Amino acid sequence: MASTLSMILYFIVFPGLVFTAVVGLLTTWVDRKVSALVQWRVGPPWYQPFADVLKLLGKEIVIPEGAKRTGFLVAPLAGLAAVALVSTMLWLANMRGAGFVGDLIGVIYLLTIPSLGMIIGASASGNPLSSIGASREMKLILAYELPFVIAIFTAVTKVSPMTLKLDGILEYQAMNGVLLGNLSCIIAFVVAILCAQAKLTYPPFDIPEAETELMDGTHMEYSGAALAVVKVTQAMMLFTLPVFFITIFWGGLQLTGWGILYTIVKYVIIVTIIVLIKNTNPRVRIDQAVRFFWGPVTILAIVGMILAVLGL
Amino acid sequence: MSTTIPIGPFHPVLEEPEYITLEVDGERVLSADIDLGRNHRGMELLAQEKTYDQDTFLVERICGICSASHSWAASRAVEDVVGCEVPARARYLRTIVHELERLHSHMLWVGLGGHIIGYWTVFMWGWKYREPILDALEMITGNRQHYAWYRPGGVRRDVPDEIWPKVLKILDEFDEKVDLLTGAVLDDPVILGRLKGVGILTKEDAIAYGALGPTARGSGVDIDLRRDEPYGAYAEVDWNVITQDGCDCLAVAVIRLLEMKESVKIVKQCIEKLPGGPIDAGIREVPRGEGIGHIEAPRGETFHFIRSNGTNMPERHKMRAPTYNNIPTFRPRVKGETITDALLCFAIIDPCYSCTERMTVLDPSGRITYGPGELLRLSHEKTEEIRRNS
Repeated sequence: MASTLSMILYFIVFPGLVFTAVVGLLTTWVDRKVSALVQWRVGPPWYQPFADVLKLLGKEIVIPEGAKRTGFLVAPLAGLAAVALVSTMLWLANMRGAGFVGDLIGVIYLLTIPSLGMIIGASASGNPLSSIGASREMKLILAYELPFVIAIFTAVTKVSPMTLKLDGILEYQAMNGVLLGNLSCIIAFVVAILCAQAKLTYPPFDIPEAETELMDGTHMEYSGAALAVVKVTQAMMLFTLPVFFITIFWGGLQLTGWGILYTIVKYVIIVTIIVLIKNTNPRVRIDQAVRFFWGPVTILAIVGMILAVLGL
Repeated sequence: MSTTIPIGPFHPVLEEPEYITLEVDGERVLSADIDLGRNHRGMELLAQEKTYDQDTFLVERICGICSASHSWAASRAVEDVVGCEVPARARYLRTIVHELERLHSHMLWVGLGGHIIGYWTVFMWGWKYREPILDALEMITGNRQHYAWYRPGGVRRDVPDEIWPKVLKILDEFDEKVDLLTGAVLDDPVILGRLKGVGILTKEDAIAYGALGPTARGSGVDIDLRRDEPYGAYAEVDWNVITQDGCDCLAVAVIRLLEMKESVKIVKQCIEKLPGGPIDAGIREVPRGEGIGHIEAPRGETFHFIRSNGTNMPERHKMRAPTYNNIPTFRPRVKGETITDALLCFAIIDPCYSCTERMTVLDPSGRITYGPGELLRLSHEKTEEIRRNS
């Protein structure tokens, strides 16, 4: 009973929903501030993302006529729950070595749920622009999932004995040094960052949202608390994906002594790379994105995989 | 199966309310239709109720970006009726302000282009680079926009000589930034991927649709009023008309970037050669008659027609902004493109809808579409009415 209760606490408070949401929103502030500095603006104060979400929570949820009510409202919640779960799994693996066989597959699977949720929600909204956004999101998932999975499995290949447990990968790195020290894993890391850009729907792959084309596409009909959930999910993804990459490629999170600072530095470096890519690229077309991911990125990922098999 | 995608009336890509419908099959655009008529302000009627001197203030407000163009064109129309010669200093001062306006207008479009392809950094940087030009305009005319600079016969105020070094310094800095942006556009594979080969407007189509300005020059149509029918000081300075044969969105974007360099050249030469003397021809009376004034605005040819009945107000003041001619080029451009590119095709002409709209038909039963014959009849009736009353 006590363990069930503590599991629920893990999921809801730390390191799950609340913790991930707070840190995620703070990260979106970093994102906004860095973007502002790149663009010669001042940028918002640190509490701006929280104020935005609080304001949205107090607003009315408008459900468009012709929308499928349940699907429309449940879809964002599914995404939120999935990201909270991923975050919990990653942190527990890092903190206590907790996990189960194949939890890596679970993480990869759960990281897709927010995008799938947006597809369902956007399709349920009954808006033509949203439905175009949903179809673009579908194409985007098809495009980036393959190189993403290959990149993650490059790391798995490098680990000996080969394991699908997050815990196992962390243990290997603790014994033999971080995986990012290998050529194959550097390539895989680059591929993973590019796919993260698409997972987060950040420029140049903000195609499903495309403000100047589809007026926020998949998010278009969401308002009030539902929109807050969508925004928080995105913020949590911005926190969870770098943590996932640190776990897989960069020796995991050290949560004692100077390790905390080191962990924060690793996290900030990954977030900065993502934000800089975001600010130095225009949005590409969906066909260009698909060609990019299936062409150069997949080839790069396969090259990384081959190198890993060869032992580099 | 085709779906209708509404763009507007309120949409982030449109600065003004406009309604565009796209017939799409998946992402592919089959056809486009544009429904104008949401920005009617009654400018022509207002112009007919004000004196010639007041009109230049009014027509400036047709467009916030090409305000110098409209007031210069209106002034030229009045000068055409009077048949007077504008003093040399006034011609040079007019040219300087007009070219500075082209600089800030083109830079504004560069920012907007960045906004449309989702490149926020270019949007912010472009608009930041544009600021010093507005400062220069404020130094010269006293206003950032709506310069109140042109009047029939000349310009309103003289400029002290000590401001020119400051303006030249701003221009030098601006020139470097244009080089930087041009390099960035031509070197960035992602930007090239978004613009190259997108929105093809063939030379034949450009001529058939009567495209103007950079839109036409981007399709290889070599027209520029500044060279073809020189006015102001354009015949006396050295500059080139930029044309590109790409026929796509990239060609038009490159033209805007390169034209900025030409404008900087023109302004510098004008400042160097600026003659002394009076700044106003001193028009006292406008005789009966008709006159036209047209100049090359940043977006193409702006056309003003004035019919005078000998009083101090025009009997008819007809204005035409270049966007009017450029809007129909959407159709050949968007056919077969994706939705993503369709919006770029709309924005590439740098549309200025409120400058374009002169007439609105209100009918409670719904939308009315006038055919060419109907419009010609209405136009004839209006002319007859004017003739009867004068």
